[in-house]
Amino acid sequence: MRPTVHSKRPSRREFAIGTAAALSVAALPLSAVLAQDQTQAWELAVRKILGEAKPIDGKITVELPEIAENGNTVPFSISVDSPMTDKDHVKAIHIVATSNPQPGVATFRLSPQSGKAAVASRMRLQRTQDVITIAELSDGRFLMARRPVKVTIGGCGG
Amino acid sequence: MSKPRVKLPESAKVGEVIEVKTLISHVMETGQRKDPEGKTIPRNIINMFTATFAGVEVFKAELQPGISANPYLSFFMKVPGPGEFEFAWVEDGGKKTVEKLKLNVV
Repeated sequence: MRPTVHSKRPSRREFAIGTAAALSVAALPLSAVLAQDQTQAWELAVRKILGEAKPIDGKITVELPEIAENGNTVPFSISVDSPMTDKDHVKAIHIVATSNPQPGVATFRLSPQSGKAAVASRMRLQRTQDVITIAELSDGRFLMARRPVKVTIGGCGG
Repeated sequence: MSKPRVKLPESAKVGEVIEVKTLISHVMETGQRKDPEGKTIPRNIINMFTATFAGVEVFKAELQPGISANPYLSFFMKVPGPGEFEFAWVEDGGKKTVEKLKLNVV
């Protein structure tokens, strides 16, 4: 004789729905964890520079090629719109490459003696990625700019 | 490290903002590469560059392996008066290359 269905055992249909829901719930933290693994290094590098500060957009001009044919030597120049006076100047310019094995690229320390907040050099980029530039101002604020660069042949000897 | 190259303007006035360009030959070994036997080639980079003018530090660059071989640097300085530049490149392990150059202030 078939028992009346009051048991807690779910039907096949309910079970399927329930499993799918459980899987999607499980999938969320998993993807979050994966994303964190990929981004952690550069995020940590950025956090180390910013501390608790919230960066502001703008006033930074970043010159980087849109497409870098050789990731071993990617020219860049950075300038920040600043009067460079004792009261109001750029203290430092930081560069972080989001997908390099070591995301930190360089920190340039400036002072009112610089006269102009501008630097240029050449960097390695292992693959196509975003390059983050952060300017640290004398009043404790930060300016941030983010630029994508397509890399044809990767640098870093990776 | 070989002898570095530094480019300054031929002359500068007091208060003028000048561009300084420097270049030095260096492998900037990242520590990520492997030799043919599969052993990691140890990191060896210039990790710091400083420019001092008339005894005052006017620019400093903290470099990581993300800077290309033969590091080129360009930066600016407002000329405070006559004086001499001292540029220093410091390698992992502390080896230092120093170059001195007088600025022609008119």
